Amino acid sequence: MRYLAPTTLEDAVQMLAEDPGECRVLAGGTDLLVRMRAGMTEPDSILDIKRIDALREITAEDGGWRIGAAVSGAVMNEHEGLCADWPGVVEAANLIGSTQIQGRCTLAGNLCNASPAADSVPAMVAAGAVARIAGPNGTRDVPVEDVPLAPGKTCLEQGEFVASIFLPRRGPRGGDAYLRFTPRTEMDIAVVGCAVSLTLDADGICTAARVSLGAVAPTVILVPQAAATLEGTRLDEPALNALARTCSEAASPIADKRGTVEFRTHVAGVLARRAAKIAHERAGG
Amino acid sequence: MSKIHVTTKINGDPVEYLCEPDETLLDVLRDQLGLTGSKEGCGTGDCGACTVTLDGRLVCSCLVLGAEAEGAEVGTIEGMAEAEALHPLQQKFIEHAALQCGICTPGILVAAKSLLERNPDPTEEETRYWLAGNLCRCTGYDKIIRAVMDAAADMRKAS
Ligand SMILES: Cc1cc2nc3c(=O)[nH]c(=O)nc-3n(C[C@H](O)[C@H](O)[C@H](O)COP(=O)(O)OP(=O)(O)OC[C@H]3O[C@@H](n4cnc5c(N)ncnc54)[C@H](O)[C@@H]3O)c2cc1C
Ligand code: FES
Ligand code: FES
Repeated sequence: MRYLAPTTLEDAVQMLAEDPGECRVLAGGTDLLVRMRAGMTEPDSILDIKRIDALREITAEDGGWRIGAAVSGAVMNEHEGLCADWPGVVEAANLIGSTQIQGRCTLAGNLCNASPAADSVPAMVAAGAVARIAGPNGTRDVPVEDVPLAPGKTCLEQGEFVASIFLPRRGPRGGDAYLRFTPRTEMDIAVVGCAVSLTLDADGICTAARVSLGAVAPTVILVPQAAATLEGTRLDEPALNALARTCSEAASPIADKRGTVEFRTHVAGVLARRAAKIAHERAGG
Repeated sequence: MSKIHVTTKINGDPVEYLCEPDETLLDVLRDQLGLTGSKEGCGTGDCGACTVTLDGRLVCSCLVLGAEAEGAEVGTIEGMAEAEALHPLQQKFIEHAALQCGICTPGILVAAKSLLERNPDPTEEETRYWLAGNLCRCTGYDKIIRAVMDAAADMRKAS
């Protein structure tokens, strides 16, 4: 195996394109190194993106935030502007693993690992995040919900990788939240996850919402019909009931040792209701 | 497979080593550099016995490649005591009998030290969350938490 550590984006693109064998991008390594040690993947080369300075930064852009693909959860958690605008995304990222895992794990790694239970992904989807993908043919922007195609599979073409994640302008009277159900409060994999992001007008009416569910389908899903139950309402009881019902209907989970189909379906609705209330409160409602 | 030459700093001292591209930092520390304080409990990021700091951040050294330490600063349990003088956390772990077999202890000490550097006055809940990635099969955690809280109190008084 070869270890590649480019210091510029251009070099990274070139190395990835020219590598003759299977080359894996290494961000925090909290998925990749576990898989390698288990013999589940045996790459010919590893391309470490952490020495590319531009990918280690969180920068303000068009009123939103661009988060480099090498930024760890711990660094996000210490960024005041990001925490103020997108508390739901930051808290979702901070649910990943322990303090030690936080020191390494990245949003882009969580996304590209393409687990249906990835914690930060529903929060990014609800936030309307966009992945900037770099590759031999230049860069392209793809909404986060379109990146995972199936468990462990993404839309990335040969030679492409995620350079950054863009979180759009939050704007006034907006709020987001992510909740997951796990048997243990720390160091566990989501049985169900749900993120809600919404905006209110000056009268407290919800003008826009995005709702996303994790671990109840082969990929994290955006649920527009759930968002529609909130729009035009003040998140009163009937609206929250409709939200919960719609999220349960949208869930098509599998049964495994972590939870039955019935349990996951029910919990999807429960979490949606609770996450919506937190997002609503954060939006000043 | 050609080896990679790495120049790094460990506990403040400049160190150079050669490692395989897929060799973990934990294996380099233990097998090449003789720093066997960091333990391997699981090798999958779950137990925290291998905890070290990398550029000031807590990480599981079993999930870091040796090659990634190039130009970085690594902190291990071996850097905790100053010569013969134990760190207050180490002293309190002994006083509170916060260890039995001791496999988890180096990782927990490194993690607890990093907590107190960031937050000298953590609540018990904050301490338990911070240490959630450090598993202990022996003590039941209570004595560990008490030792950390007590050390924190002493260190606040001393500063
Ligand atoms: C103990 C432990 C607990 C965990 N707990 C959780 C949890 O609670 N919730 C959760 O969601 N996850 C959890 N995980 C999984 C993992 O930590 C996360 O998925 C994390 O976000 C992965 O990020 P990373 O930077 O470490 O990815 P890496 O391991 O570096 O990469 C993951 C995958 O994505 C690819 N990749 C990485 N970056 C890019 C990029 N920029 N472009 C293209 N491909 C890329 C890699 O090649 C690899 O296939 C846990 C892992 C461990 C070891
Ligand atoms: S040995 Fe590294 S976390 Fe268990
Ligand atoms: S003292 Fe034995 S594992 Fe903690």
